[in-house]
Parts: sequence; C-alpha cells; structure tokens
Amino acid sequence: MTTSSGQPSASTSRSLVGRDTESVRAYVSSGAPYVWLTAAAISVAFIITLALLVLTAARGLPHFWPADLVEARYAPVGDEEVTVLAEIRSTEEVTSGRLKNAGLKVDEAQPLYERLLIKVANRDLLGADFRPVLSDWLVDRSYPEDAVVLERMEWGNFHGFLHEVKSAGSVVGSGAQAWSKYEPLQDRANQLRREIEEIEKRDIGAINYRLEQLRLDERRLQIDGKTPATHPAAFAKIEERRTVEHAEYEQLRVELDTIRKELERDALLMKTVDGRDVEIPLSHVVRGYRPNAMNVFDKLRYFGAKVWEFVSDDPREANTEGGIFPAIFGTVMMVMIMSVVVMPFGVLAALYLREYAKQGAVTQVVRIAVNNLAGVPSIVYGMFGLGFFVYFVGTSIDKALYAEALPSPTFGTPGILWSSLTLALLTLPVVIVATEEGLARIPRSIREASLALGATKAETLWRVVLPMASPAMMTGLILAIARAAGEVAPLMLVGVVKLAPSLPLDGNAPFLHLERKFMHLGFHIYDVGFQSPNVEAARPLVYATAFLLVLVIIALNLTAIGIRNRLRERYKALEN
Amino acid sequence: MSTAQTPATAAELPRAITSKRAVGLQSRYIKDRLARYVVLVGGLGVIGALLLIFVYLAQEVAPLFQGAHVEKRKTFALPGAAGRTLYLSAEEQGEIGMRAADDGGVTFFDLNTGDVRATQMLPLGERKLLSVASLSSERGMLAAGLDDGSVLVFSHEYKVTYPDDKRLITPGLGYPRGPTPMAFASGPITELAVREEGDTLMLVGADATGTLNLKVFAKQTDLFGETTFTESPALRFTPDVKPDVLLLEPTLHWLYVIDRAAGKIAFYELDGAEKPELVEVKQAGASITSARYLAGGISIVLAQADGKVTQWFPARHGEEGTWYLARVREFSVHEGSKVTAIGPEQRRRGFAVGDESGHVSLYYATSGNRVYDEKMFDQAIERIVFNPRARVMLVQAVDGTLRVNEVHNEHPEVSFSSLWQKTWYESYDEPAYLYQSSSASSDFEPKFSLTPLMVGTLKGAFYAMIFAIPIAVLGAIFTANFMSPEMRQIVKPSVEVLAALPSVILGFLAGLWLAPFVETNLPGVFLTLLFLPVSIPLFGYLWSRMPRALRLRVPAGWEAALLIPVIAFVVWACFAAAKPVEALAFGGNMQTWMDHTLGIGYIQRNSLVVGIAMGIAVIPVIFSIAEDAIFSVPKHLSLGSLALGATPWQTLIGVVLPTASPGIFSAIMIGLGRAVGETMIVLMATGNTAVMDFGLFSGMRTLAANVAVEMPESEVGSTHFRLLFLAGLTLFLFTFVLNTFAETVRSRLRRKYSSL
Repeated sequence: MTTSSGQPSASTSRSLVGRDTESVRAYVSSGAPYVWLTAAAISVAFIITLALLVLTAARGLPHFWPADLVEARYAPVGDEEVTVLAEIRSTEEVTSGRLKNAGLKVDEAQPLYERLLIKVANRDLLGADFRPVLSDWLVDRSYPEDAVVLERMEWGNFHGFLHEVKSAGSVVGSGAQAWSKYEPLQDRANQLRREIEEIEKRDIGAINYRLEQLRLDERRLQIDGKTPATHPAAFAKIEERRTVEHAEYEQLRVELDTIRKELERDALLMKTVDGRDVEIPLSHVVRGYRPNAMNVFDKLRYFGAKVWEFVSDDPREANTEGGIFPAIFGTVMMVMIMSVVVMPFGVLAALYLREYAKQGAVTQVVRIAVNNLAGVPSIVYGMFGLGFFVYFVGTSIDKALYAEALPSPTFGTPGILWSSLTLALLTLPVVIVATEEGLARIPRSIREASLALGATKAETLWRVVLPMASPAMMTGLILAIARAAGEVAPLMLVGVVKLAPSLPLDGNAPFLHLERKFMHLGFHIYDVGFQSPNVEAARPLVYATAFLLVLVIIALNLTAIGIRNRLRERYKALEN
Repeated sequence: MSTAQTPATAAELPRAITSKRAVGLQSRYIKDRLARYVVLVGGLGVIGALLLIFVYLAQEVAPLFQGAHVEKRKTFALPGAAGRTLYLSAEEQGEIGMRAADDGGVTFFDLNTGDVRATQMLPLGERKLLSVASLSSERGMLAAGLDDGSVLVFSHEYKVTYPDDKRLITPGLGYPRGPTPMAFASGPITELAVREEGDTLMLVGADATGTLNLKVFAKQTDLFGETTFTESPALRFTPDVKPDVLLLEPTLHWLYVIDRAAGKIAFYELDGAEKPELVEVKQAGASITSARYLAGGISIVLAQADGKVTQWFPARHGEEGTWYLARVREFSVHEGSKVTAIGPEQRRRGFAVGDESGHVSLYYATSGNRVYDEKMFDQAIERIVFNPRARVMLVQAVDGTLRVNEVHNEHPEVSFSSLWQKTWYESYDEPAYLYQSSSASSDFEPKFSLTPLMVGTLKGAFYAMIFAIPIAVLGAIFTANFMSPEMRQIVKPSVEVLAALPSVILGFLAGLWLAPFVETNLPGVFLTLLFLPVSIPLFGYLWSRMPRALRLRVPAGWEAALLIPVIAFVVWACFAAAKPVEALAFGGNMQTWMDHTLGIGYIQRNSLVVGIAMGIAVIPVIFSIAEDAIFSVPKHLSLGSLALGATPWQTLIGVVLPTASPGIFSAIMIGLGRAVGETMIVLMATGNTAVMDFGLFSGMRTLAANVAVEMPESEVGSTHFRLLFLAGLTLFLFTFVLNTFAETVRSRLRRKYSSL
C-alpha cells in the first residue's frame, strides 16, 4: 500500500519547496531511516524462520550420509602422538586464549586456531567416540579406500580395516577378497536377527501377554471369593491353559537357541588404525561399509537405507542409535485418539454457541473465555490431566473394573488415553474457534432457503450448514493436530516415556491398549537431547528427529492454510 | 451470520406444518428435538469441561489456605499410678498412649476410652526413677535417670498385627542396651539429655548440686563381628549457668544449658568426651518456662514468662564464620499470659504451645504462623504431646486431666510470609528467598518461597519481550504499512509458520546449539546487537545516493527483500570480526575477562539464550496480531494524511500508529502471556536453578518449568503437590486475565474501526 520508503516523497518535496534533499539531515528528517529499520525487522524475522529450518535440516540430514574416513597422525605439542581413523564432524575457529585456558600448549602469537570435532568411534577401546583436535596438529592426512565402518549393536561404530572373515572358526576370506566374502555373510546375519526379533517380540510377547491375562483371571476368581476347593473346574481350566502356554514357550525357546547358534557362527577379524587386532562377531554388527570406496550412487543408496531405518526401526543403545518408529507411532496414535474426541465435541460446542445459544452478553463472555483458554499455558492442562484424569478418574476406574490387577494400577497411571484426553482439552478452543468462524461465514440466505423449503432446523444443519462448514472444521482439526503433535510439556505429566516396552496397538486382544504409556517425537527430542548419557553421539539423531517433526508440522499447517484459502474463494463465489 | 431470529423461526416452522396425520413429519420433528438436546448437552458439557479446569485447580489449591482444626476425642484422668508423670507419648496410629510415672511404672492406655491396656514396671530394683528423656522419638527410645546416678535405656514398642483383618496393636517395652542400668554419675540425676549418633551414645546429666556429668558410650564392631562397648571416663564440670534444662543436639555437636529463672542460655560446642567449649551465653529477656527441640534437631524453641515464644538455632557471623546462637523469630501468643508447655511435632517444624490460662495454640516455625488456637482447660497446661504423624495431640492439665485431640493440620508450612517474603531457614546464616522442595533426608525443612520462581518467570519473559517486541512490532509496521501486497503474501504465512514450530524444537536448538554458540561467540553477539541497528539506516542513506536507475530496479515495498543479503552480510561480518576483537580486547576469552574485570559470572544456559529462544517463539504471536491491527486501520485515514503532504513516516507516526496502538498493545499482552507460560524452552535452555537476580548471564527457574520438573515426583495431596497446583493456578489466572484484557481491547478497537 501507499508509497515506498520516502524517496518519492523526498523528490516531491524538492519540486514543491526546493529544499535540499541530498544531505544526511534531510535523509533523517524524512523518516526514511526508521522505515529502513522496520524493513530490517521483518527481514530479521524472515531470516530467523529460514535459518531455523535450514539449521535443523543441515544438522540432521548429514547423520544419514556416509562421511569419508580420514587417516591421520595427531601430533599435539607437548602430548603423545596418536594415529586416528576418523570422520570430521564439525569445524570452528577458536581464539588461542580459550585453547590455552583449556590446557593446550598453543602458540599465542597465532591468534586463531581451527578446531575440529572428529569421531574416532571404537568407544570400547578408546573410551569416547568424539574428540576435539586442532586442525594444524592433524598431519599426514589420507583417505584409505579400505577403511571400514561397522555399525554395531552396542558400543557405537567401529572404525578400522577388515583383516579376515571367519566362519565357524575357520578363515574363509582374508586380505583383498575379504570384503566380498563379508557382504553376503552380513545379509545372512541380518536375516537371522530379524527372525529372532520376530519370535521374541511377536510370539513370546503374545505368550507373556496371555500368561499375564491368566494370572489376572485367577486373581479375579480369588477376589470373587472362589478358591480351587470350591470351583475346581475354573481353576483347572486356567492351569491347563497355562501349561499349554508354557509348552509353547519352551518350543519357541528351543527354536530361538538354534537360530542364535547359527548367528554366532561368523566373525570378523578387524585391525584398528593403531594396529590392534579385534575380533567382532557378526551377530554384533548391523551394517558395514567402506565410505572412501563408495561413489555418489552408493552413498545415496546408503542414505536411503539409513533414512528408512530411521523411520521404521526401533531405537538401540539407549535411544542414541537406530530408528524412532515407536515415537512416530506413538505420536500418530495419540493424535488420532485425540482427534476422535476433540472433533465431535468441538463441533457440538461451536454449534451450540453459534446456532442454538441466545446471542447475548453471556454467550459473548463464554466465547471470549473459550478463545482465551487457547492462551493458557499447556503445562496447566498437563497438571489438570494428571490430577483429574489420572489420579481421580483413573483410580476410580481401577477400583471399579481392574481390581484384580491392583495394587499395580491399570488406568490410574499416566497413559495414552489420558494424554489424548488432555491434549483434546488443550486443542478444543482451536477447533471451536475455527468451526464457529466457518459457521459464521455461511450466508444467512442459505439457511433461510432451507428452512423455507420445510426442512427442520436439524436437517438444515446436517444437510446444508455442516457440509458447507466442513472445510473450516477440517482447518480447525488440522491446526489442533499440528498443535498436539508438537506439544510436550503436558505429556511429560500424563503418559509419555523415554522407552515404551510395547506399542499401544498390537496383535493381542483387545488390540488397542489405551492404558499403555507411549513414546512421542517431541519428548524423544527432549529426552535424547538432554537426558542421554552420550549426548554428543545422539545429537545428529536428535536433529534428524527435530527435522522430521518440523516437516510434519509445517506440512499440516500449510495444508490448513491452503484449505482456508480455498474456503475463502468458495464463499466469495457464494456471496455474489 | 445467523442472528437471534433464526432459531425462533426454525422452532416454529415444523410445528406449523406438522399435522398429526402427516406420518413422516412426526419422526422428523422428534429428530429435530433430539438434535437440539444433543447439541445443548454436548455444547454445555464441553464448556463445563473447560470450566472444570479452573474449578479443579482451585479445589486442589484451596486446602493450602484452610487453617487447622482440632476436635476433642475424649477427656479423662491420666491412667495409671497416682505419682508424678515423667513422660507421655502417643503411638503412630493414635490408638495407644504411654505414660511413665515416677514409681517406675509404664502404663499403656487406650486413647479412645482412657482404659489401661497394660502396665509394666521398669527393672529398677531398689532404685528410684527421677527423670525420663527422649533418646530417639522415631525409634521410641527413652532414657531414665535414676537416683543412684545410673541410666537405663528402654524403648516403647508397638507391634501391629491383623488377626481377622482387624488391626491389633500390642504395646511393650524393650531394652536395647540390656535391662541393667548403665553407671553414669555418682549422684541422683535430676535433668538428663541423651542422644545417639551412629554407634556413639552420649549422656549429659545435671545433679542436684548443679554440676554437669558427661559420658560417651561407643560401640565398636571388629572384623569378626565381635562387638565391644567402650565408655569414656565420666567428665564433671560446672556450667556457666544453672542447669535447669539440658538440650543435646542429635549429631552431638551442640549442647544448650538453660537457666530458667535467669532466662539465660549457655551455648556449648561439643567434641566427643572432651570438656564442652562455651560459645556464648545468651539472655532470653525473661525467665524461661519451657524449652524444647523442634523436629530435625536444629532449632530450639523457648517459652518465656513474658508470654513470648522464640526460636533459636546456631548460625555463623559474616566473613570469619564464627558460630553464634541466633534468635530467629518470635511467635505471637496471648499477651501477658505465661506459657507453660511446648509440644513439638515429631516430623515437621510444627509445635503446640499451652499457657497458664488453658489456651492451646498450634504454630509452624518456618512460616511463623499460628494456625490454631483454642481454650481447652480452665487451668494451666502442663504437657502437650503429638503422636509421630501429628494427627493426635495429647494435652495434659496441671491437675492430671488428659484431653485427647484429633488434629487436622495438613499444610501449616504455607503462609503469605513463607511464600513471598524472606525467610530464615535452619542452617542458613541469614533470611533468604529460597525454593527447595525436597531433599534426601526426611528431616529436611522444606523451603517453599515462590518469589525466586516468580522472579525467574518474569525475568525470562522480560528478556524474551526485549528481543521480540522490536522485531515483531517494527516488522508488523513494515508489513502492514509499506510492504508490497505480493511480498506480504509470502512473508506473512512464513512468519506464521514460525508460530507453529513446537517449542520443544526451539528449546532443543537453544540448549544444544545456541547456548554453546553464544558462549564461544559472545563478542560476536554483542557486535551484532550494536552494529546491525546502525548499519541499516546507513545502508538506507547509501542506497538513496545510488544512481536512480539502480534504485528503480527495486520496486516500492520490496525494501525488506533488499535488506536480507545486507543483514546476512552484516551479521557474518560481525561474527567474523568478533574473534580478532576478542583476541585483542579481551585477552582471547570474553567470559574470563568479564569475570575478572566486571565480576560477572557466566553460565552457559543463561537469560540471553532464553531471551532469544523464547523471543523467537513470541515474535510470530505478536507480529500476527499487531499486523492485523495496523493493516485494518481504515485506508482513507492514511490516504488523507498523505494527501495533505505528510511523508509516509509522518503518516505512520501521526495517524496509523495512534489508531492501531490498542491493537499493538493487546498483541504485546498476548505475547507476554505466551512467554510467561512457556515451559519446554525454559526447561531446556536454562539450568533451572532458582536464582534471585536479573542478570543477563545467569539462569532461572520458572513456575512452569518447575511444575514440569517436580510434578511427576510429587506426593499426591502433600503441601508440595498443592503448591505446584498453586503455581499452575497462578499461571492460569495470569494468562487468562491478560488474554481477556487484550481480547476486550481488541474487540473495542474493531468496533471503532467499523464506525470510522
């Protein structure tokens, strides 16, 4: 709108008044500097937005990219010299003063040094994965083609050189052809590991679940005052089913033992860069690759595999490795249950406020109050959820329906149901406001037309008004989901955990376990980023998780904005 | 928009059409009514549920502010032998009382009826019982001082069994150091103090001549599990004041000798069996009628004849750290009435006071509160005793009548002064604002000052607003007033996307990226803050001197886009220059320089980091609302001003901003509400230490973060639990009032616009 930053008006003033416009004073008195400042403010806000997105992406995505391994001699002044085989994680400029404070014998004549953070891996041998080094002291750098990275089940990555491949105690490949022998064996090991996981998680998990149910059945009988003496049949039946389960369990255990033995068969003999021989059983290795020998396409393939692992696998090593599938699943599940609750109630409340309530001062006050609840800190909802849902409602439910499990609580403890309900309360105002806005936009003439044709009010609402307001309702729901997906503070009180033993949805009847605790993307970020024992190693994974969460939420928001815009167009057409 | 008439027509229409013969219409009519009820019930239910939040929070908080109340259970004469009562107590469940009389008999009696349940005689032989002192109230251990100068350690124990699912408590006596009295002094012990710390048992006793005896018994276990008892030779010395009352500190560090009539307290430092060293003698100001230790064994409470009750504990003077006995606080009691008895609770810092007129009052030391007061007898009170849970209080009058009371005193810790004012806590050398809700030991005095949390909350919000307001409001001004519509369509949604960014991500970036970044680039941050605002107008001036052809390349309203590379360059230049500047001016490390030269300590996760991170969270909130307010200022106002020859800036200052200022104000209010309640950013980007300063380089602990940290571990229904709800309720009301206020301002503004 209007003119730009002052130049046009400056030129007009020259022609009108003939005043000097070139001097700094004229520039200041025209107000243009202030306009430039306001422009700078919005530029800064825009830059911040972009920078945040770029930062999370730039820090998260390299986690999946296979970085080259550099072999070099690290020769710090006044300290022992070591050979390292490492990946360079980050670089920064540091003043020599700071380095001196840190106890390094740097030359103070040189004001700045470049400091690298390198990942040397081999935590079991070296104590720590990462070490800061000065670039100037890292000499004789080379990138050997045969440098190998092994991703292990525990102790993080291994950096070294493949020496020999052993199978059942005998060497099957060594030297140059060792690598080609290794790859098929790794595939076989992974296949076996998948089988083990399948049996452990699915079959044995199901048996444990059924055994627990049997225990509860028995307890229920006892609570009802029945004893094996009075009701032998009932107890015998439970006992009989228990023996069946135990037998099945035994069988699975034998099966597991054979697979495990198979898995133990192969091993790798590795040489570290400082010349130590290390034997690593293949059962401990998830994946091995030679980054320096990979071309761009290999690396892309690796990148894809890692991304897939990230979104589809369970976490390993205290959440610092592996994937985040349970967290994604938990977030989606919680948001879905929340949507099921918040949608009908939010719409009902909006319908009441807009269509049924008398439009007076009281309704106006209620409307403002509902709007303002959206601004109440989320932690307050969390407290309410914990106190009211968990401690009050949950405990009452336990006493009434799950007495056999007491004293261990079923619903009287934080869980996914309470989390969903708490977030449903939190997002109710969002849905109500959006729906009301949609209802308000529908022209009165349309309603009146429907009524004039003899439809009842309910029919008008159901057939005419609600369908027209549905995009607004969708917008409200999407905004609610976006808010819920990123909310962490209340969940920390009502049901989120760092590592859930089982998903809230599985193959055991009744399939949906509303009382279970769950993992959540946002909490995962907080927990792994701040409570993890090995923060440095976990950091890229946390950035990647953050990036995923940002992507999901931005996508949801853009969808909402898109729907809102389409909606506006539609009503513009209607009003004409 | 539907108005009030529509529902009326809707309700009347079907009725007019419906005649009973029309079969289909009847069901439609029912459906309509049904829908009406469903919406009514659902809608009101939802609104009720939202209201429930407030009601629930208030209901959890309310008990904090309800005073104590005491109910009389039963009054009866002291059971057992007729002699003088030396010790009285009540057990954990409040069912059974215990009385030790001077005939050596211990009577257990039912607290509901007053009936004697059991009587046992202490194995004293020919000796006479003179005094009974408590050794450990938690373990029910007592020590009896005898007339031949020996001491018998015994305990009263209660076995709880559940025959037929009913609780049965069986009282009994035990002798942890054997049933033979231990030799202690040579003469009769009139006043005795006993404590056990680890394997060391210390006895201090006064005899009739006013001489103190001190003896230490140690238990040693050797490698083979053989236990040997060693005892120190008895130490005899004359104290500086007449030893009427002896109080021995549980960890055997301090000894108080109190002269009742002179009102003097002699404060000794102990060192095992060595002769105690006098620290100082204090004057209470009046004669002392009673003196007791409070739970925890740090504070002593004195009752004085002038009707005052005072609390004392050891503290240290200033720099050199010499110990002295501090008179910490005074409790208001009935004016001029002589206090005759003090009864401390066993697990909290509460105590009861009885006076000569028969009044009994309950106090809480930390909060300085009198929580209850009642006239229970028409005569002086001799003794007040609590059971360990402080649910039962025995009050004994001088004539031997015992009144058993039920006490409901859940939250005496909370008072206005303990929440908001400086409080002198035990083991501290001066009054302070402290928040420390729990610790490893159960004897701990909870420190519930909300002031540091409030200060932290406001501090975080303050720095966030300092960062956010200029960017958001100025940005809104440019976007609404100067920006070209095409660019606005890109900029506005992208800033609003920032609003949707989960705070956990901002907090994570602030804690793990920004905090270390700021730490290593502190000079760069300050250079940027200094040079960025200067360089922009400078660039504007240079731009105005550019050739016209170049200037016309940038269309009006796109200046912000032009500035993006400029800002990026300036920021980069500032950070690039920062390292050499730091090396030259600050000796290579600005933090060390600040610490040495300015005396400002630096914490990595500090207010600066929180201010920036929370500021980023608040910017889109303020921006979006302020931009709406400015953009909807009627165009004819600004066009009129421009037509009269005002520059765009003059128009903005003189016309647009005055009209839109209420809207901008409400935007800032809503932003403030968000900053105050923000949890995750503060939790992750600060150290969460409750500090009381407003420094830029120190951390903070806010109300919201405090709730997030402590809520999961808090015991349901405890004072701590309710206090967290109080914090929640405060946040709720604060943001709710702020938002309602802002919303009212906004809706008034909207009406004003529509009338223009």
